[in-house]
Amino acid sequence: MSETTTTERAAEHAAASSDPSADTEAHSEGHAHPSDWAYVKIALALAVITALEVFTYFESVLDWGVALVPSLLFMMVVKFYLVATWFMHLRFDSKLFGRMFTAGLLLAVGVYVATLAASEFFA
Amino acid sequence: MSIIEKPEIIEKPEVEKPDAPPLELEAGEVVRHAERPLGVFTRPQGGRGWRDWLSTVDHKRIGILYGVSAMFFFLVGGVQALLIRLQLAVPDGSVLSADVYNQIYTMHGVTMVFLFIMPLAAAFANYFIPLQIGARDVAFPRLNALSFWIWLSGAIFLNTSWIVGGGGADCGWFCYSPNSGVAFSPSHGVDFYAIGLQILGLASLISAVNLIVTCLNMRAPGMTLMRMPIFTWMLLITQFLLLFALPVITVALFLLMFDRVFDAQFFNVDAGADPLLWQHLFWIFGHPEVYIIILPAFGVVSEVIPTFSRKPLFGYEFMVFSGVAIGFMGWGVWAHHMFVSGMGPISVAAFSLSTMFIAVPTGVKVLNWLATMWGGKLRFTVAMKFAVATVAMFTIGGLSGVTHSVAPANTQHTDTYYIVAHFHYVIFGGGVLGLFAGLYFWWPKIWGHFLNERVGNWHFWMTLVGFNLTFGPMHILGLQGMSRRIDTYARGYGFEFWNLIATVGSLLIAAATALFIWNVIKSRREARHLPPPGPDPWDARSLEWSVPSPVPVHNFDTVPQIRSRDDWWHTKYGEGADGSVVRLATAEEAAQTGEAQDVHLPSPSFWPLAVAVGLPLIGYGLIFNLWFALIGALIAVGSLYSWALEPVDDPDAVHDHHDDHTGHDDSSGPPPPPPESPETPPPAPAEAAS
Amino acid sequence: MSAEPVTTDPAAAAEAAVGHDPHATSTGLSHTKLAMWVFLGSECLLFGGLVSTYLLYATRGNGRTLPAEVFDIPFTSVSSFVLLMSSLTMVLALSAVSRGEPESGRAWLLATALLGGVFLGGQVYEFTAFVREGVGFTTSPASSAFFTLTGFHGVHVALGIVMLMSLFVRSVKGNLTKKNSETVEIIGLYWHFVDIVWIFIFTVIYLIPVD
Repeated sequence: MSETTTTERAAEHAAASSDPSADTEAHSEGHAHPSDWAYVKIALALAVITALEVFTYFESVLDWGVALVPSLLFMMVVKFYLVATWFMHLRFDSKLFGRMFTAGLLLAVGVYVATLAASEFFA
Repeated sequence: MSIIEKPEIIEKPEVEKPDAPPLELEAGEVVRHAERPLGVFTRPQGGRGWRDWLSTVDHKRIGILYGVSAMFFFLVGGVQALLIRLQLAVPDGSVLSADVYNQIYTMHGVTMVFLFIMPLAAAFANYFIPLQIGARDVAFPRLNALSFWIWLSGAIFLNTSWIVGGGGADCGWFCYSPNSGVAFSPSHGVDFYAIGLQILGLASLISAVNLIVTCLNMRAPGMTLMRMPIFTWMLLITQFLLLFALPVITVALFLLMFDRVFDAQFFNVDAGADPLLWQHLFWIFGHPEVYIIILPAFGVVSEVIPTFSRKPLFGYEFMVFSGVAIGFMGWGVWAHHMFVSGMGPISVAAFSLSTMFIAVPTGVKVLNWLATMWGGKLRFTVAMKFAVATVAMFTIGGLSGVTHSVAPANTQHTDTYYIVAHFHYVIFGGGVLGLFAGLYFWWPKIWGHFLNERVGNWHFWMTLVGFNLTFGPMHILGLQGMSRRIDTYARGYGFEFWNLIATVGSLLIAAATALFIWNVIKSRREARHLPPPGPDPWDARSLEWSVPSPVPVHNFDTVPQIRSRDDWWHTKYGEGADGSVVRLATAEEAAQTGEAQDVHLPSPSFWPLAVAVGLPLIGYGLIFNLWFALIGALIAVGSLYSWALEPVDDPDAVHDHHDDHTGHDDSSGPPPPPPESPETPPPAPAEAAS
Repeated sequence: MSAEPVTTDPAAAAEAAVGHDPHATSTGLSHTKLAMWVFLGSECLLFGGLVSTYLLYATRGNGRTLPAEVFDIPFTSVSSFVLLMSSLTMVLALSAVSRGEPESGRAWLLATALLGGVFLGGQVYEFTAFVREGVGFTTSPASSAFFTLTGFHGVHVALGIVMLMSLFVRSVKGNLTKKNSETVEIIGLYWHFVDIVWIFIFTVIYLIPVD
């Protein structure tokens, strides 16, 4: 939890961008939001990945074998990342937001994977 | 100066330019939303009557409400403790039946943890975080009120199980499955436990979000994180622990509730369920909870010791980072509560190791407190005595904690009185004594008069001796093999003597507590004949001492500029040519007068209280009759909407004078109403309704 | 006067004193947005606990049919896709509102709520189908865990719809302008979070086969 650096950096960003003439869309790092078309492109990418995920279900077409679970997890992470960074604006917003969220996310992964491991879920 | 704080406004500093927002529009909107959303309540105006306590959003009043309620439940939990000790005073005790005994020790634990220590820490957090960071209030004042009222409604709900639930919960405070199932606990006590703790958890979660945002976002200019007072730092870490730990217990409690109320199969071993799931979920929450209890006390001690040593805190950075380290490592040790549960040797070894490591940052803190006192000009006021006792007693508890981390020894300790001794040294010796230090330290700031030091002295010594008499012998009893939670013991096991001593000790603690209450009354009465303490009676270091005692409703006349750590100290003292300390100004000269009249504060509101009234009804509904739940949900949701429609600041609020906001864009008009105020947390109904 | 954030530099802080903007926050970030992100961090542990419970119990069927044996993957894929696309309409709603186009913002908000409603409808259908096939809430640890997890998610979606509709009503009344686009953004954050939780559930619960 090194908020020291985080907040201070966020403050610097805010200072850098607090130009009175900045328009409404300006966020604390001074980036404009992407265009609607960019959002649509992200959504298309998400749709394609989802189609690919569902495709794995039809094993008669292609048997993914041992690669199945890693591939599914990888695609899930990509989708997760795209929504968080683009739709939730983590790419453009202060890093502090992302850190608050990631802290919870990593902690959740840590304690619950440990719990499942202790319960011999992966054995 | 026209520095105003309207913390609930949706802030967009970059966007709202002086010339941009048309004030007329905002005012117009407010008129449309009128003064009585849903036509139920007239907007409260603030004042001094009892009604104003119900609608207050002032963080100081909310802090006092928390504190007074917590002390009430301290007495409730204390009576339960005395009953336990009376039952065990002699062999074959017959004060309580085995069944009632189970309920009493369960509710003693739940009450002391959730209804006394946590809210007492919340009282200090509410009162002093804004003051220590130079803010006028917390980030979301109405949410703050909501936290308190939800907490109180949960506390009352939990205790009504004595009356309508057929007794208290009887499964121990950690309520292991399958003991918590309907088969082994057929009364409604565990239902009240499961739902009551959810309500209490919701309150703490809202408060955690609120205080985290406050600490990060509302610091006075110049107050960087590494200049924040250490008390605020420790409370910030505590709030993060609450933020991340509460959802885990929420999950566990939902599973338990579904099992008991809706016949789910989460802990039904017959159906193949794993009771260890409860233990994991409970202790993933439960171990950070230990630090949630102790870190606020560490924060208090870290303020009191430097003040009465006339030295800055030794190794401030180490204190901060060891606090952060404790907070972080606290997440990796939970399974040391489960060494005998049969988790397997790898898990036991891993958690044994991580538990030994966590003693390191705690040791850092103890050494830093000692180093702070080393060579200091010590003044042993009652507050200082309590603080020093905290360090000493916590060290004992911490060391016996390290003995638990050794898995083979742990197997012998588990479920004996040795464990009871250990955690009372940590929680009472660390947590409660630390918070008492805070009460004596901050009493003049809160109430404008001292607690009597002579009576306080008696209170301190009786508490300390009573505490050691009560819990010290439990180490021996535990190592002799006396189980915890047994309702009685037979003669001839060698338990008689130390149990009797422990009971005598507990009576001494009770007498000390009575003395404390008498001190509160006596000091208040005496105060009329004594000179007021002034803003800074202890010659202390942090910002709360730069405003009058008691603190004016607006806290700061002008928001202070922070130039260094311990800024208030450096306002009073400088350094002479030879490196000696030179007084620059007396506290009275340097302190703010509290006379500012032009401060715009958030308006009070009844809606937080109204929302909180709905939640216990939902709880009763789940247990007895779903129609109650429907009524409760309607009250809660309706109140949330009314709240959202109510402007943060009352446009018709009575001001003593014209707001002096010249030069500010948003001064004359009321702020934009937040009709669908996002600050009404979408989560709140989520947790409550689901 | 611009937003004057707190700086580390005492000199700058002193400068800031002169023209300190009362509305500037120490980090330069909005209270409500920070609060929402902090809250979402906390929600990760809530859903993590529910997901772990299901994973631990996925194969404990009490001798009855497991939820995983009655999954209808093609059907759930469609409703997952619907929820995914509602994130797109949500972000387009925000984009329109912050451009100062309340009408089109309103339309996108309604679309988002409708897509969410379709998802919920699909979930209700799925639940009833499962119960017909003998997998009820009280059947086994696996089924209790399944319904609790997806039910919690469903309640989150439902709350999101309530908030979206509140925004919609507010917009119809003309109270949703460029100035308070942050409200849309914050409710959007909540909505996207609910979506990413489903992304996780769809893969981990539905697609990865239970051994």
